[in-house]
Amino acid sequence: MPQRCAVVGVGQTHHKKIRSDVSIAGLVREAAQRALEDAECTWSDIDALVIGKAPDAFEGIVQPELFLAEALGAVGKPMLRVHTAGSVGGSTFVVASHLIESGIHERVLTVAWEKQSEGNAQWGLAGGRSGGSGAGGTFAPWMRAYIEDSEAPEHIGWMVATKDRLNALKNPYAHLKLPDISIEKVKDSPLLWDPIRFLESCPSSDGAGAAVLTNEAGTKRSSKPPAWVVATAVRSELGVFPGRDPVRVQAGVDCAHDVYRQAGVANPRDDIDMAELYVPFSWYEPMWLEGHDIAGPGEGWRMVESGMTAIDGAFPVNPSGGVLSSNPIGASGMLRFIEAAQQVRRQAGAHQVDRARTTLAQAYGGAAQYFAMGIFRDRKD
Amino acid sequence: MSATDIAIVATAQTPSVRRSICSEVQLLIPAVSRALDAIGVDRGEVGFTCAGSCDYLTGGPFAFVTNLEATRAWPPIAESHVEMDGAWALYEAWVRLHHGDIDLALVMGSGKSSPSRPAEVWPQQLDPYYLAPLGLDPVSYAGLQARALLASGKATERDFAEVVARSRRSAQDNPNAQERGDFDADALLAEPYYASPLRRHDLPPISDGASVVVLARGDRARDLVGRPAWIRGLDHRLDPHQPGMRDLTTSASTTLAARKAGYDGGPLDAAEISAIFSPQELILTESLGLPDGTVINPSGGPLCANPIMSTGLVRIIEAAERIMSGNAARTLAHATNGQGLQHNLVCLLEGD
Repeated sequence: MPQRCAVVGVGQTHHKKIRSDVSIAGLVREAAQRALEDAECTWSDIDALVIGKAPDAFEGIVQPELFLAEALGAVGKPMLRVHTAGSVGGSTFVVASHLIESGIHERVLTVAWEKQSEGNAQWGLAGGRSGGSGAGGTFAPWMRAYIEDSEAPEHIGWMVATKDRLNALKNPYAHLKLPDISIEKVKDSPLLWDPIRFLESCPSSDGAGAAVLTNEAGTKRSSKPPAWVVATAVRSELGVFPGRDPVRVQAGVDCAHDVYRQAGVANPRDDIDMAELYVPFSWYEPMWLEGHDIAGPGEGWRMVESGMTAIDGAFPVNPSGGVLSSNPIGASGMLRFIEAAQQVRRQAGAHQVDRARTTLAQAYGGAAQYFAMGIFRDRKD
Repeated sequence: MSATDIAIVATAQTPSVRRSICSEVQLLIPAVSRALDAIGVDRGEVGFTCAGSCDYLTGGPFAFVTNLEATRAWPPIAESHVEMDGAWALYEAWVRLHHGDIDLALVMGSGKSSPSRPAEVWPQQLDPYYLAPLGLDPVSYAGLQARALLASGKATERDFAEVVARSRRSAQDNPNAQERGDFDADALLAEPYYASPLRRHDLPPISDGASVVVLARGDRARDLVGRPAWIRGLDHRLDPHQPGMRDLTTSASTTLAARKAGYDGGPLDAAEISAIFSPQELILTESLGLPDGTVINPSGGPLCANPIMSTGLVRIIEAAERIMSGNAARTLAHATNGQGLQHNLVCLLEGD
């Protein structure tokens, strides 16, 4: 039988457009050090490391974790480097959890990061070609298709953008702080890629997120409550082929049902208390609510409109402010996982959701073709 | 049956060539088919897939995404990717098999060095603040390591030449090798320096290539093949990145990985090691604690074929094939990552 895995410490940086106050090593160390302090352990307690980030071309360093070995206390230890496009922060967490569940290691540090100010992420997202349309240009037609098919009113996207930025005001680590955000302001911001307006789009951030994972015996060393990892799954599918549905993506459906089955979740909307979903553009909130069968067809935008996904709603989504408020790409998936873990540990501070006992984390990447998901609980079962 | 009885049951690799007209995914597709067909397994039966590659080789961010086509990935699959040699993809798949809920995993490693200039790409792998600006390329780095080894008195230039001569002789029996032939150490020593104290033959060839492994657990492995190559130990460790922070004439991380993988210096029928430059074979032999007379790199090793990101997985394949064919009972494979042997993996394999 696999070992049980739990999160006993998390850490993240203050995310900003340019963290010119730290080197890359300083950035990853800031998140890792906070995770170790939260887990009440030191560098020498760590058996192995799993590092994640999106393409190396973002910073212009090949396999940068190699030069970070000293900064991450990795000398003499095993270290894996994961890269699964935008889902990488999530899949990095999943790989780290496997190192515990397999019984191979007892305490693993996982860190995901991006320092986008070191390079040109828009160029990178266009596959290293000039004149690319970037992630927004790729996803925009699919968001428009969702709007047409579900007959969603235009203001849903503005509502999501406003909600997440208001949530970010409660998160000390969030990049965007827009205290005067309003639906009107979002509506009046410039159109970038129809239907996405400037304020419905994620920022470009420098940042890192980290977690310390351990087995059941390891949880007894911590005074703070653990977040039990009760389910993890990854799924990938080809990005382009005839007949592919890029809106309700089969890999996302399969990944969700895999974690629901592992966690014994029969009805996700009732059995899960909140979710941190990878929403880099506003419309992806209702799209993933439906794409992961949390809402039925055409019901996702109605959940948004009714306020269910607000921090005080029946199914809060991204109380941290989400990717719309902080987007160090390689770390963004990890941030979803550690925020969902913090909720069940009741360590989320001002953006704590009252009844969060079972929480969902999700990250996606590529042409909406890579998925990583996890479910956390405040109890083992 | 233990959940941790995990074996290599099928392998495939492309020949290593200087410049393939195929893209990485075109190299991988037939290799995946060959490996699965050899054991009569459909792609749909594979419970987990993991790939190793490097975006920078192809020169485009997200280059690995295209390689997904080699796995078919429709319906969707459980899959991961490491920005590392395929040997580490094998490690991640081996970890995943420990859960016991799946019994087959597919591993891929692929790399094409031909589209770019390795001497320009690989300096970007070094510390961007202190080392990359110096333009220290892999050959110059290996030259520093070789010079340190000579200065330590642990080896001579003749030792380097003898490693090359033996490797190229061994490669004569390897259809996948890129360099091969009968060379004499004296003749090699008469060649001019390329990056003193290294001569051109002390360097690996620049290669394109891909490789594939199928892992199976317990009884499934025994059902699929008569003689699985059981993974008895697998571990990997890091050394410091800064060359000034370690002794370049030894590899402490290799010694540690070998010990953690359960290798105790006992007899081996063969060792396939990622000595990318000839002096590294001498360093690794000592650091692994290989007994005198161990057959090293019977395939010819990386000095005869170096498809970066596949080179390490090929070592595991070569070591496994000797067991699966009944020609060996116990073999060891070693993979490396980074410059100057910074990150090392050791895999210990045995037959039943």
